[in-house]
Amino acid sequence: MMLSELAPGERGTIQRYETDTPPSRLLEMGLVPGTTVEVVRRAPLGDPIYLNVRGYHLAVREHDAELIHVDEA
Amino acid sequence: MPSDSSDSPVSSASVETSLRHVALAGNPNVGKTTVFNLLTGMKQKVANYPGVTVERKSGRLADRAGIEVIDLPGTYSLNPKSIDERVAYDVLVGRMDGEAPPDVVVCVVDATNLERNLYLVSQILDLGLPVVVALNMMDAAAENGIEVDIETLSDELGVPVVPLVARQGRGTEALRAAIFNAAESASNGQAPSSADPAPARQWPLQSAVERPVEALADQLAEEAPDVPPRQRQFEALGALTSDPLLTVWEDRAPAFYQAVLQARERLSERNVPYQHAETLGRYQWISPLARTVVTTVNDASERTLSDQIDAVLTHRIAGPAIFGAILLLVFQAVFTWAVPAMDFIEAAVGWTGQTTRAVMPNGLVEDLLVEGVIAGVGNVIVFLPQILLLFFFLGLMEDTGYMARTAFIMDRLMRRMGLSGGSVVPLLSSYACAVPGIMAARTLDSERDRIITIMVAPLMSCSARLPVYTLFIAAFIPAGSFVGVIGYQGLAMFALYLLGTVMAFVAAWILKTFVFTGDSSMFVMELPPYRLPQGKHLLQRMWGRVRLFAVRAGKIILGASVLLWILASFPAAEPDPERQAQRQAVQTQYQATIDSVAAARNVSPEQVVAGDLPGSVVEAKARRDAKLAVLSTAAASAQARQSFIGRFSRTIEPVMQPLGFDWKITAGIVSAIAAREVIISALSTIYSVGSGQETVLREALQADTYPNGDPVYTPLVAVSLMVFFVFALQCMSTLAVAKRELNSWFWPSVMWLYMFALAYVFSLAIYQGGQMLGVGG
Repeated sequence: MMLSELAPGERGTIQRYETDTPPSRLLEMGLVPGTTVEVVRRAPLGDPIYLNVRGYHLAVREHDAELIHVDEA
Repeated sequence: MPSDSSDSPVSSASVETSLRHVALAGNPNVGKTTVFNLLTGMKQKVANYPGVTVERKSGRLADRAGIEVIDLPGTYSLNPKSIDERVAYDVLVGRMDGEAPPDVVVCVVDATNLERNLYLVSQILDLGLPVVVALNMMDAAAENGIEVDIETLSDELGVPVVPLVARQGRGTEALRAAIFNAAESASNGQAPSSADPAPARQWPLQSAVERPVEALADQLAEEAPDVPPRQRQFEALGALTSDPLLTVWEDRAPAFYQAVLQARERLSERNVPYQHAETLGRYQWISPLARTVVTTVNDASERTLSDQIDAVLTHRIAGPAIFGAILLLVFQAVFTWAVPAMDFIEAAVGWTGQTTRAVMPNGLVEDLLVEGVIAGVGNVIVFLPQILLLFFFLGLMEDTGYMARTAFIMDRLMRRMGLSGGSVVPLLSSYACAVPGIMAARTLDSERDRIITIMVAPLMSCSARLPVYTLFIAAFIPAGSFVGVIGYQGLAMFALYLLGTVMAFVAAWILKTFVFTGDSSMFVMELPPYRLPQGKHLLQRMWGRVRLFAVRAGKIILGASVLLWILASFPAAEPDPERQAQRQAVQTQYQATIDSVAAARNVSPEQVVAGDLPGSVVEAKARRDAKLAVLSTAAASAQARQSFIGRFSRTIEPVMQPLGFDWKITAGIVSAIAAREVIISALSTIYSVGSGQETVLREALQADTYPNGDPVYTPLVAVSLMVFFVFALQCMSTLAVAKRELNSWFWPSVMWLYMFALAYVFSLAIYQGGQMLGVGG
């Protein structure tokens, strides 16, 4: 499943990216394969998504989260 | 005091070369500025890097001689994405014009967020420079039950790690000592020098990528020998994985550039994901390292206070409601609390002008000084209270971490319009003044978002339009109210603000849809933990920004005011013989009164004037002064008609007439090209109203008629004129700042043209349409 499909409160482990050229900022911020990510909540209008990753908080947009394959943890 | 023995103390140039440079790097939100303040004390210099508007903050390391500390903009990685990050990168790799390569890099790290912070540390280590890690926020880490094994961390990184609580100043002395030692050993040749090869890479790079990187590094050595050997591998890897870093070499090392392109092609053919080989490799090293040195005592599922606050402030319903309430408060503050201070400044400027007139001999120099220079400076500083207040609130939002939440809440809405969550603050600031608004757009990662935000920011009605709106609404919009509740005047004001705001979104949407048709922008944003703001830090930044505004806008407005004064004063109108005669008559009449009193008392006229004036003379004097004032304002009015601006306005009157503007309104608009509010003083001159007498000006406008008896100003003309001011970019400061921020005249020119076109078309439609329908005519 995709990171965008996780409900608030759910966690997943990043498997791979849908594209060969993932946005480098996502990777630099620690969203690399093997990382466990928790969806904390969504913004009032549903997008962006508020994540808990490597002990800090990060907001990513839905269409970027749709690039990330996760396994539900 | 230790110093370089090789230096002669005589020449100042050699002293400067002995100066060692320490660059302070780190992620955003790690307290880097606080650390910088601690290290340097109050002796700081703020300048600009050449060609960009990023501030260069530097200062001498306190208690140690010969060390300069530079505070770099916050950056998440050495793969720059914004201008701020580019500056940090260029300084660190020693490629910033006029900037010595750093001798030591201090990397400030947030102890509560060690893992992600180590990413930048690992990149900086690869540069091969002496590094000191400042592990900040040790107190917050302790509160959250996070323990860091500093010794192991230092061993694993191979550099000194100094624990800090920068807010309380704890650890400062140890950090200063560590920096000083690193700088000392660097200059004694104990640390790696620029001739040394690269340090051994501590993180695993997959071999399919490592081999081409080594080959590319060798090629770079041949073609660009000025790149320090220790840095070659880093540069080669950067060029391979990042387009912005590759383009640097297109002209400097064309063969290397081509080789990188070929290497990329070969790697793609073999399906090697070289683009993220670096990030993956670094995190493969960082993750286990962080697990080793960080112990979390608390249960990980326990929510911190910051999380609990966030649950409310980013809540689906409470979040937007609270944001709206905060906005209302800020607007209330900027528009009402600032008024007493603005009134005071206006009065002070007026007083300065009058005093100057009183002490200086009459003439051109006096006029230039009072009407050009003093009025010009006044035009700038009158906005300082509003800007100060706005920066105070913005600074508060930034320092507490709330700013990121506003972007989070608003992103979806803003994106529909072609903007991003990060555009919220720049656009809001633009309600006070587009200059800080455009400067605030710097925080946007995406160049596309930044350009669009800057292009539409001046459409938000700024405080310089307010006096124009106020004058014309008060004069021409009836004071009544709609259903007895909503006043027409307030409604008109609201409509003007709404018009500008809606048009900003339309313009952004057009730019997104037809100009920047590429991929939608990136939005990856850290939501830092909430922190209590620090008063000193807040005030310091407020002061820095206000100074930047005052200097930048001040120079341009001052120049423009002087130029406009010249255009309004020349060619000088012929003295009108009739007015001369009247002036003479008024004087003669006054003298006659004195003479008659003198004759009655049997004293000389001089004695009458020297003593207490009798009532009849006081009255005569008042009559004389009033008549003289009328005559001199009439002369000013004639001058306005005769001047370059007057002549020009009468020439282009036919172009402006379809909007309902006669030559006098046109002259007001032309005079206000540099700064909108100038239209009021220009109209005051044209209508022979003394400055500051707004009620008189209002009456003069209402009374003005064309030769055929029709009023010059109808409510329809007033609306047309106000709408013209909503759109037209009558502001030199905005153009100048946009030029600096975008580094070209192209976009500012487009900005001026499209806003002028909007102004003309809308005013034309309103006036012509209104006349056709017979509204307000």
